[in-house]
Amino acid sequence: MSEVSRVLHEPWPSIERQKLAVTFGMWVFIASEVLFFGGLFLAYTVYRHLDADAFKVAARETEVIYGATNTAVLLTSSLTMAMAVKASEQGLRRMTLWCLTVTAALGLAFLVIKGFEYHADLEKGLWPGPNFPLHPAATQLFWAFYWIATGIHAVHLTVGIGIVAVVIIELKRRTLPVEATRFEAVALYWHLVDTIWIFLLPMLYLIGRA
Amino acid sequence: MTGAYPLQASAYAGDWDRLFAVLMVVSALVVALVFIAIVGFSIRYRRGSRAPRSVLPEVITNELELGWTAATAIAFLFLFWWAAVQQLHNVIPPQGAIELHVVAKQWMWKVQQPNGVREINELHAPVGRPVRLIMTSQDVIHSLFLPALRLKQDVLPGRYTYLWFTADKPGVYHLLCTELCGTEHSRMTGRLVLMTVADYARWSAAQPGAENLAAEGEKLFRAFGCSGCHAPQSSVHAPDLNGVFGRTVQLAGDRTVTADEAYLRDSILLPQKDVVAGFEPIMPSFKGTVSDDDMVKLIAYLKSLSAGTRP
Amino acid sequence: MSDAALIYVRHQDKEENYLQHGHTLWSWLSTTDHKRIAILYALSITFFFFIGGMAAGIVRIELMFPHGEMLSDDAYNRLFTLHGIVMVWFFLVPSIPTTLGNFLLPMMIGAKDVAFPRINLLSWYIFIVGACFAIFSIVAGGVDTGWTFYTPLSTMFSNGAVISAAAGVFIVGFSSIASGVNFITTVHMLRAPGMTWFRLPLFVWAMYATSLVMVLATPVLAMSLLLVMAERWLGMPIFNPANGGDPILFQHLFWFYSHPAVYIMVLPAMGVVSEVFACFARRRVFGYAMMVYAMMAIAVIGFFVWGHHMFVAGQSQYANFVFSFLSFMVAVPSAIKVFNWTATLYRGQITFEAPLIYALGFLGLFTVGGLTGLFLASVPIDVHVTDTYFVVAHFHYIMVGGSVSAFFAGLHFWWPKITGRLYSEAWARFAAIVMFLGFNTTFMPQFIMGYGGMPRRYHVYPPEFQIWHVMSSVGALVLFVAYTLPLIYLTWSLFYGKKAGANPWNATGLEWQTASPPPKDNFATLPRVKAPPYRYHPEREAPDPDKRAPETMQGDVS
Repeated sequence: MSEVSRVLHEPWPSIERQKLAVTFGMWVFIASEVLFFGGLFLAYTVYRHLDADAFKVAARETEVIYGATNTAVLLTSSLTMAMAVKASEQGLRRMTLWCLTVTAALGLAFLVIKGFEYHADLEKGLWPGPNFPLHPAATQLFWAFYWIATGIHAVHLTVGIGIVAVVIIELKRRTLPVEATRFEAVALYWHLVDTIWIFLLPMLYLIGRA
Repeated sequence: MTGAYPLQASAYAGDWDRLFAVLMVVSALVVALVFIAIVGFSIRYRRGSRAPRSVLPEVITNELELGWTAATAIAFLFLFWWAAVQQLHNVIPPQGAIELHVVAKQWMWKVQQPNGVREINELHAPVGRPVRLIMTSQDVIHSLFLPALRLKQDVLPGRYTYLWFTADKPGVYHLLCTELCGTEHSRMTGRLVLMTVADYARWSAAQPGAENLAAEGEKLFRAFGCSGCHAPQSSVHAPDLNGVFGRTVQLAGDRTVTADEAYLRDSILLPQKDVVAGFEPIMPSFKGTVSDDDMVKLIAYLKSLSAGTRP
Repeated sequence: MSDAALIYVRHQDKEENYLQHGHTLWSWLSTTDHKRIAILYALSITFFFFIGGMAAGIVRIELMFPHGEMLSDDAYNRLFTLHGIVMVWFFLVPSIPTTLGNFLLPMMIGAKDVAFPRINLLSWYIFIVGACFAIFSIVAGGVDTGWTFYTPLSTMFSNGAVISAAAGVFIVGFSSIASGVNFITTVHMLRAPGMTWFRLPLFVWAMYATSLVMVLATPVLAMSLLLVMAERWLGMPIFNPANGGDPILFQHLFWFYSHPAVYIMVLPAMGVVSEVFACFARRRVFGYAMMVYAMMAIAVIGFFVWGHHMFVAGQSQYANFVFSFLSFMVAVPSAIKVFNWTATLYRGQITFEAPLIYALGFLGLFTVGGLTGLFLASVPIDVHVTDTYFVVAHFHYIMVGGSVSAFFAGLHFWWPKITGRLYSEAWARFAAIVMFLGFNTTFMPQFIMGYGGMPRRYHVYPPEFQIWHVMSSVGALVLFVAYTLPLIYLTWSLFYGKKAGANPWNATGLEWQTASPPPKDNFATLPRVKAPPYRYHPEREAPDPDKRAPETMQGDVS
């Protein structure tokens, strides 16, 4: 009963309603994120249509091994996140903690691998500017999108890792009970970050490589 | 400079004023209707007044509401149709238009007449003949506004935009920039000078710098080395440019395009963009070499190849 | 009758209201009470209203002279940009939703608070952070790109504080989105028993529709500004034609948000005046269902008309046709609403308190503004008047004549509920009339100027327009008086105003069935809803002038 009182927040009349609302609210937020990245993807699509050859030339320079590895890492992290939600629904506190920790670790691994990838890209001089190594000029458009899209994605992932870390700490300290209503919402956010990456992978890595 | 406004310098401006007047009348009627209803109801149905207030009959709550919704939708559809018809009339310029090139930059208008005469912040044009403006910007987005003609068109960097008109009243009118373009946006103004055909011919012949744009273009065509590849006797396999302007060109990758000014400009500055089918993408880019002024002359030359007249 | 209808019971004198629940500054800065958050927002937007207003005042003084007397060209450009950015994003977009919406939405549906009270507080802090960036931009000399940030002027040529201004707007956008998520979830999940969707007050529907638009449109603005910042700060060539970039793409992304944004600014106003008309005409709103459908139609169709801002930008004539057609169509639901509000007055028992005067002002000014929208929806007309004062007049008629009037209507209508005090009715009526007259004097001449070819954003101008500019500036002075008066008499009422009872207007909504000011949890016991809204008179009868109380309140006491 004390667990329930720690789980239930104002102004909710019941835990079931609260859980429904938290999940619903996250879906509404996800809709806004879809529009956010949608704007970016639209701009990318317009330019790709106008300059298809330049985009092919530019995309061939992406580090596809890093990209593929990161895809595997992120997809796996979504699996462990889904497992964490299932564990919390069963009331399995330690299992939940374990799955959340692996998820956060995989997220961190993604960022580290991305760091190495960025280093490799910069070594090749692929930052838009006066000494850009590729031609024609529209290849700089592609690479501008690369940096912006992966950068914003990384910001979203970092926020996700932060949220998961906070949940882990609270769960560990028992300030958050395993009956809490937020796990599904946190998982939805994580899956969003993963889904965005699933769009970025073909957009940035796979064109010109068929 | 003529003072009062809005002056009407073309038949189109007259049509425009008519459409505006119709919309004004419709709007005034609606405003009057709503205003009379509001004031009338406010007075008649003020608290304690003795006006009868029986229950609202069903026909008002249902049919009338449906009725005024339908009436509004139909009225707005009609207004759209009327405006759209007028829009259609103005889309395609007539044949035989005189072409002026306009280049906008912070914060001035540079105009080039067909015979090469240049003007700054002034645009001379004849009445009674269609005039087509081919416009681009050297920096930010500007917009050419000719209020006496009721016309406006944004002027963009890296692209051509077009405006055409047939004026009918000689006179001097405002020429204004109407897209915020930086510090001196409000000072980027000039004069639209409309003259009779005879006056215009006299004026343009008398200006210093009158030249044949196409002849100048031919000199540039050789100077930049274009003829090295594109001349018929060249050993390099390059598309034949005789009659190119206005032709439908088959591009690599199963696309076709009409060779207008924009296509010619892109072919010179971004030759990799639309490669002609059956040719290798070996043409170098002339960006940085060919200025906007040079471009005007080259395009004039290429157009002259269509007309079958070689200068 | 009114006492028995009070859900808030018995211990009236001992019950704390939300203003008394904690007296420290920290109790305000850490509050999760939607009513206190509404007040925090109200203070913030009032501050920005006067900043934006001062900028407009200086602009109007300068424009009395065709050749410019006080300001440099750069200073002028920065001032009107400041006016636009502050008024749109730091005043109008938040205004009704974060103040009246925050305060009233939970109460109108019979809830204790919004769905996510802590996110509500966070949204205010996000607003403040964005505001800091905006103030920094002002202090750093300002921006000169216009509130529209067109590229490549903003990305490559401006020498103003573009990045910090764009960052400020980017950040407050997330405040909008957070509020939108909160309101949508609140309406879906926290309605009291018996409060079905079609028993919701129209103000709630308006907040819901507005929130949908906020959540779906604002992210696109965020992305377009992000791309501008990336180009300017990091050299990412997104809109640079030299790299194959297209400046028109920015316009599409920007207007995809900025057109729905005007509906974010007007839908809440429509919700407010519906409540006010019903109460002061003592009638239910005419055609409630159509009013709901109209608001939802405006919200949806409003997403598909953005190209009417770009008729001369260089987009194709086919696009122009489509956007013109849809723009004519989006005007239909707005017209329906005007007819329905007018019909609400029919056979009513009308009294002319200040909220109704402001609402009547809204009705007339919104009608004029909306009709001039039809002019702008016609492509050939727009070609002449776009980027002239005709457009400036059009949007000010809607946003100031419309939304600001409605904001004042709502402020006065709910002032007794929020503060527990009555304002001076005589001064309020006077201010409302002064506002209406001042507004028309300021903006009607601008239609005439625009038609004559006077461009917007011009520091110096052809002298034949001077007479209209002087007229407009005189009107602006009158408006300044009209806006300052409420500041004075409303503040005065906080200390010396008569105490308001729970329901001084005898209105029907749930918010009137609790104390003024309300207790922290809104209701002593959560109500059960037994009736549709606006039951001022019995079903098959007209309103009775001698009966002050409504026929049926929305909430059930028993």
